[in-house]
Amino acid sequence: MQINSTTTQLRFNDIIGSWKARWGINRMNYKVDPGVYSVGAPDKESPVLVTANYKLTFDSLRKELKGLDVWILVIDTKGINVWCAAGKGTFDTEEIVGRIGKMGLAEIVSHRIIVLPQLGAPGVSAHELTKRTGFRVIYGPVRAKDIKEFLRAGMKATTEMREVRFGFVDRLVLTPMELVGSIKTSVAIFAVMFLLNLIAAKPFGVVDLYAFVGTVIAGSVITPILLPWIPGRAFAWKGWLMGMIWVVTVIILNGWPISATFGTIRGIGYLLALPAVSAFIAMNFTGSSTYTSPTGVLKEMKFALPLMVISAGAGIIALLISLFI
Amino acid sequence: MTHRYLKNVVSLELDKDKCTGCGKCTEVCPHNVFIIENGLAEIIDRDRCMECGACANNCPFEAVTVEPGVGCAAAIIKGWLTGSEPSCDCSGGDSSSCC
Ligand code: SF4
Ligand code: SF4
Repeated sequence: MQINSTTTQLRFNDIIGSWKARWGINRMNYKVDPGVYSVGAPDKESPVLVTANYKLTFDSLRKELKGLDVWILVIDTKGINVWCAAGKGTFDTEEIVGRIGKMGLAEIVSHRIIVLPQLGAPGVSAHELTKRTGFRVIYGPVRAKDIKEFLRAGMKATTEMREVRFGFVDRLVLTPMELVGSIKTSVAIFAVMFLLNLIAAKPFGVVDLYAFVGTVIAGSVITPILLPWIPGRAFAWKGWLMGMIWVVTVIILNGWPISATFGTIRGIGYLLALPAVSAFIAMNFTGSSTYTSPTGVLKEMKFALPLMVISAGAGIIALLISLFI
Repeated sequence: MTHRYLKNVVSLELDKDKCTGCGKCTEVCPHNVFIIENGLAEIIDRDRCMECGACANNCPFEAVTVEPGVGCAAAIIKGWLTGSEPSCDCSGGDSSSCC
């Protein structure tokens, strides 16, 4: 059995690494070794905190532990954060039971309590874990920054600490990934536009370019940021509305319907096609949000997807027509 | 600000006859869907439930049931295309973000 020690100080490399992970660079390969880590100078009475072996998760935990003497039990979640690992079944009772045995946790500490991250709860059955290991499970707070307070209060979390929020900043930090996610599709669409331009009578111009880019931003950045303030509940609807506002703005700014820099048919094409695109992008944000239920998402999709396909299809036909007349 | 998703869709059920009021469900739920009232669990706001399954897995008396899954459109589409169960291809950075 081997114990590694770690610090509460993040180094420059850790910070660069987390920045890269946010933008999706080498994100899947950001792990720490599973095992027992000591922070400060823990002894047999010190608390045991369990976490995932995704490096960002591990880092965000240890940097909140300044001045504490604790053990961290890192389990093997294949480098995935606690929440997703719990959903995928890599943060589960089996893995924790196995790791407790393998590391000889019962020898390292004399008490029989482990603190699990609350977000790991969907993957774990606390009473089964206790039955199999003798360790009682207390779920810690949702956010690592509350850990100190939680420990100081005798391992009690307030209702506040138990709640997953999805505040402005939480949503903002997700937007780079959303944007990166839509870039691939956008590049493909630009390629098609470019090819069509070679044979078109009235080719696409700068207006078309920023109309499209703006739509992608409306779905992947604006909708997530403004989420709670956009009326309605379904994500696709919210994204559609933001896209629609953008397209109408573009069209009006270009003098439509009176003296349009592009024709009426192209205007109609955009009104049909572009909001469907932002609606689709926004609907995918359900995966990043922290409050959508699968039953709800399914209901939303069954309603919204056919509409998107019809609307986008009709819009594309209108756009193609506008190229050649 | 509390977010609420679609109205009255979730599969969450509480069987009060089995409940002992132990409080584990209030400890694990990330959206404070439960409270303990008069020694028993009570669902105070169904629409906040995201069907994560934490309550059902951790209730020692099997008083809560829910059909858990990932509330993620991309995962559901992928599930349709590949004919498998939706599972998230996770991106989350810190522990508060999801798939
Ligand atoms: S965990 Fe189960 S038994 Fe305990 S309070 Fe909740 S529903 Fe009741
Ligand atoms: S499934 Fe999750 S969100 Fe819904 S009530 Fe249970 S713990 Fe809360």
